[in-house]
Amino acid sequence: MTAAESAGRVLRSGPPPGTTYDVTVIGAGVVGAAVARELARHRGLRIALIDAANDVGEGTSKANTAILHTGFDAVPGSLESRLVREGQRLLAAYAAESGIPVEPVGALLVAWDEEQLAALPTLLDKAVRNGYREARIISPDRLRAREPHLGPGALGALDVPGESIICPWTTTLAYATQAVRGGVDLHLDCRVLRVDPSGGRHELTTSRGALRTRYLVNAAGLHADTVDRLLGHDDFTVTPRRGQLIVFDKFARGLVNHILLPVPTALGKGVLVAPTVYGNVLLGPTAEELDDKTATASTAEGIALLREKGRRILPELLDEEVTAVYAGLRAATEHDDYRVSAHKEQRYVTVGGIRSTGLTASLAIAAHVTELLTATGLDLPAARELPPVRMPNLGEASPRPYRRADLIAADPAYGTIVCHCERVTRGEIRDALAATIPPGSPDGLRRRTRARGGRCQGFHCGAQVRELYEEGGESVSG
Amino acid sequence: MRRERIVDVLIVGAGPAGLATATGLAAAGAGEVEVVDREQEAGGAARHCAHGGFGRLALTGPQYAERWVAAAVGVGAVLRTGVTVTDWPGSLTVDATSTRGLERITARAVVIATGAHERPRGARLVPGTRPAGVYTTGELQRAVHVHGQRIGTRAVVVGAEPVSFTALDTLRRAGVEVAALVTEHPRHQASRSRAAEARLRQGIPLLTDATVAELLGRGRLSGVRLRHRDGRTAYLPCDTVVFTGDFVPDHELARRAGLPLDPGTRGPAVDGAFRTAERGVFAVGNVLHAAEPARVVAREGVAAAVAVRRYLCDGDWPSASVPLRVTAPLGWVAPNRLTPDEPGDGFTLRTTEFVPHPTLAITQDGRSLYRARHRRPAVPNRPFHVPSGWVDRVDARGGAVRIALAGRADPR
Repeated sequence: MTAAESAGRVLRSGPPPGTTYDVTVIGAGVVGAAVARELARHRGLRIALIDAANDVGEGTSKANTAILHTGFDAVPGSLESRLVREGQRLLAAYAAESGIPVEPVGALLVAWDEEQLAALPTLLDKAVRNGYREARIISPDRLRAREPHLGPGALGALDVPGESIICPWTTTLAYATQAVRGGVDLHLDCRVLRVDPSGGRHELTTSRGALRTRYLVNAAGLHADTVDRLLGHDDFTVTPRRGQLIVFDKFARGLVNHILLPVPTALGKGVLVAPTVYGNVLLGPTAEELDDKTATASTAEGIALLREKGRRILPELLDEEVTAVYAGLRAATEHDDYRVSAHKEQRYVTVGGIRSTGLTASLAIAAHVTELLTATGLDLPAARELPPVRMPNLGEASPRPYRRADLIAADPAYGTIVCHCERVTRGEIRDALAATIPPGSPDGLRRRTRARGGRCQGFHCGAQVRELYEEGGESVSG
Repeated sequence: MRRERIVDVLIVGAGPAGLATATGLAAAGAGEVEVVDREQEAGGAARHCAHGGFGRLALTGPQYAERWVAAAVGVGAVLRTGVTVTDWPGSLTVDATSTRGLERITARAVVIATGAHERPRGARLVPGTRPAGVYTTGELQRAVHVHGQRIGTRAVVVGAEPVSFTALDTLRRAGVEVAALVTEHPRHQASRSRAAEARLRQGIPLLTDATVAELLGRGRLSGVRLRHRDGRTAYLPCDTVVFTGDFVPDHELARRAGLPLDPGTRGPAVDGAFRTAERGVFAVGNVLHAAEPARVVAREGVAAAVAVRRYLCDGDWPSASVPLRVTAPLGWVAPNRLTPDEPGDGFTLRTTEFVPHPTLAITQDGRSLYRARHRRPAVPNRPFHVPSGWVDRVDARGGAVRIALAGRADPR
């Protein structure tokens, strides 16, 4: 069987097929996509990955702090601690194989007062209990030598060299791409309205029609509690916790060498300053408990708070231009740990309460969920290795297409820069529009290429990018 | 893999400023003069300005751009479009990418003429959701005049300076109704006739002392929340918002070159002869002062050509210069370095507040260099000018020269 024959479909309209899927994963975020990819390794299963949005990773997965965690600060002994630790190793290896941008910059937890300084040994001990042994407490002098632009008054830091920065968009897209190529049907714009059990299978009523499946995985992120209740469970409630973030211009990148984490307090994990793999600097997030699962707006208060915190951490950062402000919602619950549970009688697995560590843990969560599905009765054929994917490089640490003479010689479209701020070429935009999972909007194109994601936000390239999207969109739709 | 080339003068940016510099140099026989531009077509932002009023003949923007392209090419300047300068590896060497691959160009003199853009919503820290339908004037003009794209049905225009009224024209051409012009200032900053035409003939209200407090809507913009200076808020439904003005230099190349920027303009600091802090590197046009009209930057280009030519002949470069600084409510001054041998052609200033009859006081180390009352008011987002006759009194070894307003009457 050729790759084309075995590949799944990507559909944004029309009723789902009348056949019954073996497994359906609700939620095409980083966790759902990872689960679908893991299941796709078992040849012969009919799998659907469905999402209410018009693209993968449109919820919590697209707006986070983009850190590949070591899990040093997890609650020791928790499911999260184990899955983050395992997931970190799995994702680091997967990123290297797939071309997902990762930069192992390391993190420094900076202590700004005596109380925070006194908390560092406890954090060091916690790291060891989480199986992480490379952390060290460093002096203010060493801290300053490593971060010369740090604001005055830092008393020391916990050095966590294993923390990295990663591209969350490419990660989700890589999983979903590999899943679809491995046979998974991806249904977008497909909101689940009702779930009815009927003779050994679930009948899902979706915004696009009926979809039948034998097994069901709920990876619906912010809406995992809602989906859980459709199946009669009331185990947790997702309380969206908004995080607003400010992205500073690429010229700020030289100001910071590590992820600068705050020392966590009773009030939360606090505001960090971190480089991004795209060469910007991120300041955030806020932590606001809300009840509206769509409240992804930034606020004047949030921006002011971040600027105040940022000025203390890295004063010169505030002199740089801001590229973007955005907000994401974390799927926090009333519980301290992930809420992953199997309901054997319903052939159903819930993957709830996956918070900001979900990106790091995603591959380990997927393996765990697959095990739970087996325990629930799913008969898994032997696993195979999926053909590797090679994702377009959005990272500044390795040469982007505009810097590659070999690529331009083979195809001059990689020498035609369309988005000047981010140096995105016509070739990259064309490739994204023709990819296995084409973008569902100009924003989706931005997350795949960075086109119009830079300092001018489209002043120069916006109209042309829109034209390319609209032309390309026509040729790939239908 | 990287083609290495040498030219006499490399000009980065083929807008009116870069093209005028190239024309002057090539006409004077300055050797091989090459202009590169990252766009596929030369002419700069003027190409997107369909309205008239460019140059003495009041041409349209595209006609004006074409004239400068023809002038530069006509006197033998080499014009290459679709070439993006991506890096600055040496003092007079740049790296570039084009469909022909990678190249490294070294020149005897480099002129940075990279222009400016309007600050987008994010850089202005406007809170809210991130819906479609949010523009700058630059994007709007290209969308309408170059690509013929559909915009929306009802717009709010943020700003009331000349470019804001240009945005009104573009929106009208695209069939978009304008709900209001909104300015943080107490009045508009355009010509009376322009403002009256919008208000009376087109019926577009001007909301003063107001800012956009929040963008609303998912997917597509549904409206904006405005906040008046006194704290009152109002909701305006619209599916399009255009952020106009608030220009910032496209200074990335200057920064890659390590050139010191002026804290006010955010462009490379230059003296009256367009010389930056780096020997052989000049900067001209709106990368110095975002943003002045095309005829102003073209005139600068003509003057810069003379200065570059002089440098190519005698190799002289100032060893020291005195920075020129402004005090609030003045926002910036350009040029902003003083070298004794180069008085230049006068200075352009910006104010952040209305000042009816500003008295300018220029001092160095407490010593008065110039003091004069201007008859015309200082208006935000509009230039006002200071002559350069006092520059010969500057002590080249002294401290920064300061420009402030003396005894100003606050309009509020």
